[in-house]
Amino acid sequence: MTHDAPVIELIGVTREFQVGSQVVKALDGIDLTINYGEMVAITGPSGSGKSTLMNTLGCLDTPTAGTFFLNGNDVSGLSDDQLAEIRSRQLGFVFQSYNLLPRETALANVELPLKYAGGFNRRARWEAARRALDRVGLDHRYDHKPVQLSGGEQQRVGIARALVINPDLILADEPTGNLDTKSSREVISMLRSLNDDDGKTIVIVTHDPEIAEATKRVVTFRDGRIVGDRPSERVLSTGPAEPAGPRSGETE
Amino acid sequence: MGFGLLFSTALGSLGSNKLRASLTLLGIVIGVSSVIAMMAVGRGAQVSVTARISELGTELITVRPGAQALRFAFFGGGGNSDVLSFSDAYALEDDVFAPDVRLAAPENSFSGTAQAGRENTFVNGVGVTAEYLEARNLEIASGRNISNADVLNISLVAVLGSETSERLFGQRDPVGATMKIQGREFTVVGVLKSQQGTIFNPDNSLLVPITTAHYRLNNGKGPIDLMPVSSINVLARGEKVVDDARTEISTVLRLRHKLGAGDEDDFSITTQQDTIETLEGTQGTFVILLGSIAGISLLVGGIGVMNIMLVSVTERTREIGIRRAVGAKRRDIMLQFVTEAVLMTFGGGVLGVAAGWAIAYFGDGATVAGDVIETVIETEIAIMALGVSVAVGLFFGIYPAIRAASLDPIEALRHE
Repeated sequence: MTHDAPVIELIGVTREFQVGSQVVKALDGIDLTINYGEMVAITGPSGSGKSTLMNTLGCLDTPTAGTFFLNGNDVSGLSDDQLAEIRSRQLGFVFQSYNLLPRETALANVELPLKYAGGFNRRARWEAARRALDRVGLDHRYDHKPVQLSGGEQQRVGIARALVINPDLILADEPTGNLDTKSSREVISMLRSLNDDDGKTIVIVTHDPEIAEATKRVVTFRDGRIVGDRPSERVLSTGPAEPAGPRSGETE
Repeated sequence: MGFGLLFSTALGSLGSNKLRASLTLLGIVIGVSSVIAMMAVGRGAQVSVTARISELGTELITVRPGAQALRFAFFGGGGNSDVLSFSDAYALEDDVFAPDVRLAAPENSFSGTAQAGRENTFVNGVGVTAEYLEARNLEIASGRNISNADVLNISLVAVLGSETSERLFGQRDPVGATMKIQGREFTVVGVLKSQQGTIFNPDNSLLVPITTAHYRLNNGKGPIDLMPVSSINVLARGEKVVDDARTEISTVLRLRHKLGAGDEDDFSITTQQDTIETLEGTQGTFVILLGSIAGISLLVGGIGVMNIMLVSVTERTREIGIRRAVGAKRRDIMLQFVTEAVLMTFGGGVLGVAAGWAIAYFGDGATVAGDVIETVIETEIAIMALGVSVAVGLFFGIYPAIRAASLDPIEALRHE
């Protein structure tokens, strides 16, 4: 995969909802570009449009106006099936409430996206799932079910599931929202490591300023618009940011 | 998602709630097993009746008095019984008017108690001529047949069915022994070979000369020619001339009864083919009735499946959201739920076929309320029942599956 185009390019993206007789603009003409290797925090008060943005970036929702380029391809007009295909092949999604299948083991949960992506036999799926679980430090938890795991561990299974298809982009929606401080820090450092060491592009929606500043770039939303877009304090405090742009050829 | 994956995913989901899956399955098992068992009983009855009628020979034509609609030989005579006379029967053997008739054997029925020593039993007896055995395809096991001399002499002789013989005389050979029928003393001259059937069973019958039945047992009067008979068994000269024989019989009887061109027959003629067709029709209705009742229970089972699937979709909304978020297409979700439903009904179908088969197998020959149940298990019915159970799964699974597939993934993920 070439990295000439940005991972994400939103041009005038608008998402309107019909609420009763009123039309609510959850996203109001968003322009946003996120390049390969970036780690971006999306912050803002509740109802500012963060989650709608996340759903749009995650190809679970489509904009009512504007264009969304993912890896250089316009995905704003794709069909339900085509979007499902993109979700299963190009995106990793991490949820606030982990969203693991409660009856399945960690390994089976991580394996799930590969079942829908198709083209992987059982052995290949297991190998990829083990690799992903090893990557998040859960090599001793393959056969544990979610209830047997701590919140932090469950979220790491969630991250492994996002990783298993080896996507360039990982979207995390309040990934630490249900975790204590210690587990939150573990999860964030895991995501940072994926960004720093594996070159994954990471977008995190968060309320938590500490987590926002642990990324590289902070984008602030209010009323469906971007009202702030700045480098994080971590980047500022360590001097001029290392180029956050394309890291061609390294990730694949 | 490939078929194997779909299968294992569905199996896993069902396995996670075994009690619920098995109860749902039970509904289908009961439905399918009752279809199989009912059809086996129904077909069994049909086959045994047809076989028994065919045993009598396809050349047999039965003539009864009265213009009433078709009645079955085993329901006995009745009606306007003085319309057919003994001489009518012999007129049917006329070579000129009825060349296709080989023989005519009139009969008269009577009933009463038969007694031998301390044993006594109620019998439905038949007054016959010598030709009766041939007409009815019966054979003598020991002793001799009723002869035409017996008929002329109004002899007090009897031929026993094998069961009647056993009831009255046990294992002894009754030939030569005396017995009483309605208080009159008879000599047993023969025993019939056992036929072991359920319908037209000659085993528990008792034959006496037709004249004896009329004058001695039924207290009839009048000359022998005018002696009324309850029916005439006619044998045609071959299977192919049965219809010709029927026409000849009709012509002869109309002439003898002096019926005008506009008059209706005062007798009815039934060929074995008529009887088989009518009986098969009746039995067919019987089978359809049994099948429908069983089918209804299968339908109820299907509704149970749909109910459980709908509950399952609601309960697993979040799971559906998760699957959709990681790349499942609507089709994948739909196929998963349809597969679950079909697995349940197919599993129920397989168990149901096994259970129904077992019921039919062990029920064969069982006696229910005095009747011997015969069952015939047909592979076609089993395959059909399996097919229907799969169809039930598809039919009742598709709506819940569509509901599952049409859930909005974002909404589904938010579902608690």
